[in-house]
Amino acid sequence: MSATSARRSRKPRKSQATTGFFDLRLYIAGPTARSLAALANLKRICDEHLEGRYRIEVIDLLERPQLARGDQILALPTLVRKLPKPIRKLVGDLSDTERALVGLDLRPRSPGKS
Amino acid sequence: MSPRPATRAAPVRSVPKSPTGIQGLDEITGGGLPRGRPTLICGGPGCGKTILSMEFLINGARQFGEPGVFLSFEETVDDLTMNFASLGFDPRPLSARRKLSLDYVRVEPHEILETGAYDLDGLFIRLGHAIDSIGAKRVVLDTIETLFAGLSQTRVLRAELRRLFNWLRTKGVTAIVTGERGEAGMTRHGLEEYITDCVILLDHRVVEQNATRRLRVVKYRGSTHGANESPFFIDESGISVLPIASLGLQHRVGTGRLSTGVRDLDAMLGGKGYFRGSSILVSGSAGTGKTSLAGYFADAACRRGESSLYFAFEESAAQIVRNLRSIGLDLEPWLGKGLLQVHAARPTTSGLEGHLSAMHRLIDEKRPRVVVVDPISNLISVGTSVEVKAMLARLIDFMKVRQMTALFTSLTIDEGHPEGTDIGISSFMDTWLVLRNIEQNGERTRRLNVLKSRGMPHSNQVREFVLTSHGLKLLDVVRDQGHVLVGSERAAYAGDGAVAARSTGRRSPRR
Repeated sequence: MSATSARRSRKPRKSQATTGFFDLRLYIAGPTARSLAALANLKRICDEHLEGRYRIEVIDLLERPQLARGDQILALPTLVRKLPKPIRKLVGDLSDTERALVGLDLRPRSPGKS
Repeated sequence: MSPRPATRAAPVRSVPKSPTGIQGLDEITGGGLPRGRPTLICGGPGCGKTILSMEFLINGARQFGEPGVFLSFEETVDDLTMNFASLGFDPRPLSARRKLSLDYVRVEPHEILETGAYDLDGLFIRLGHAIDSIGAKRVVLDTIETLFAGLSQTRVLRAELRRLFNWLRTKGVTAIVTGERGEAGMTRHGLEEYITDCVILLDHRVVEQNATRRLRVVKYRGSTHGANESPFFIDESGISVLPIASLGLQHRVGTGRLSTGVRDLDAMLGGKGYFRGSSILVSGSAGTGKTSLAGYFADAACRRGESSLYFAFEESAAQIVRNLRSIGLDLEPWLGKGLLQVHAARPTTSGLEGHLSAMHRLIDEKRPRVVVVDPISNLISVGTSVEVKAMLARLIDFMKVRQMTALFTSLTIDEGHPEGTDIGISSFMDTWLVLRNIEQNGERTRRLNVLKSRGMPHSNQVREFVLTSHGLKLLDVVRDQGHVLVGSERAAYAGDGAVAARSTGRRSPRR
């Protein structure tokens, strides 16, 4: 409840997402078509909206399975926004650009749409 | 790698099984859960799913050399550790020795946003890593349905869960998947559709303000299993299931005898008293002398130097000692020597499972030669009679196997039908003594008869007995013109000096 109201009160203001640095982690399991699609989608979004102020770290859990625990990864691919705070998790291949932008706080959440 | 325990050997016709090490559950399932396959355990909140799962892992790691992974979707590792500790078990040393791995999978719905196609490979990798890093043979997923709260694409989720369970099968781990009881099906999200190897249902219900737990094996592919609901209880040593219909009746039967503590009563039982390892029921209405008989029995055991355990559900130890002193029986020295131990409790203070637990544990711990339960009928106020019956059957079996002789007293409410009110337990009993108060000619006299005593010749007479300051005495039968004389009639008759001629030919009664 409190989280929701905090989010709502932040909405009218300029979020720090519009100016801050984005530290992003993309979790994948091997170079599957879905992994590659997610990475391509992410790069496109970043280039369009975050030029010069983002970093993408790709973590292949097939190589480093022990890292799944730290960020509570279940679904793949998952994009974790480490910065700016709060941490956000975007599940899926980011093909839904609108939702991805909302999830990254690059576009305000529209109340009618879920 | 690890030694294969002998208990794992299963009959050829049945699927291989992994013993749970949980008392009673391995009996019902004929040896444990299906080896290398997932088992679904479902039930409402607080029904004991998590504890059962934990015990499965603990026993696996400790007794069966099978490391285990506990993946919780609900509790943090710290909470889990605490819960394990509540079973008297600290998981940390085992974790350090890589016999156990606890992990918490956090699903925060408001943290997760779906932006396109995905699968649950992250979970697979995480679980696979945990399994491989300790060579786990057992896995618990508690409660995986939490995923449905975090991920909205249920169609994807369902497909992935199906894949997960199949993957667990190919990994060859014996898994427990817990599920919350749903309104329509067995679980809220129909997990029973995917896990068909074995399904166990737990239930926690309150009957007349007493909480009772039940367990039922709903399905067990490739194996026979007990289909009944079995009561189970949870205490600090974990879960114990009490299979109602599992009495093997294969216990050793002895021919040894032991005294009832009353010489005249020994005489009625073929001159030698009860069989060792048998169960004795002493029933009667209030004030007929049940506790006195129980006291004599315990006293006789102590005199032989045998330990006895007295469960008192009506009186405190001090009360029993005081009251029995009035009939010339002093149990105090036995209490002092520790030969006699009295465990007094009001049945209403804890539920049926609490009593089962306490009695079982005490008997198991003290290993007495003789046990008294006084009265068993007070447990009726705790559970329904089906449960009391199951509990008794279990307890009696437990004691018989250990050649303990047990005496149960039972309060009969209906004076007219003493045989009808004993909650159907008499069939478990080898010897049944019925005590009665009979009002006649303005006085009450006590009667005793042996209703049955398996495997020995016994008297069929209804005998009058008296409780004197010197003890319990059975009086000889006195007949006058075909009429049995009791009480003051008998005394008057004895005064006539005709007793010797007309009695059954034995000593004249003393009053």
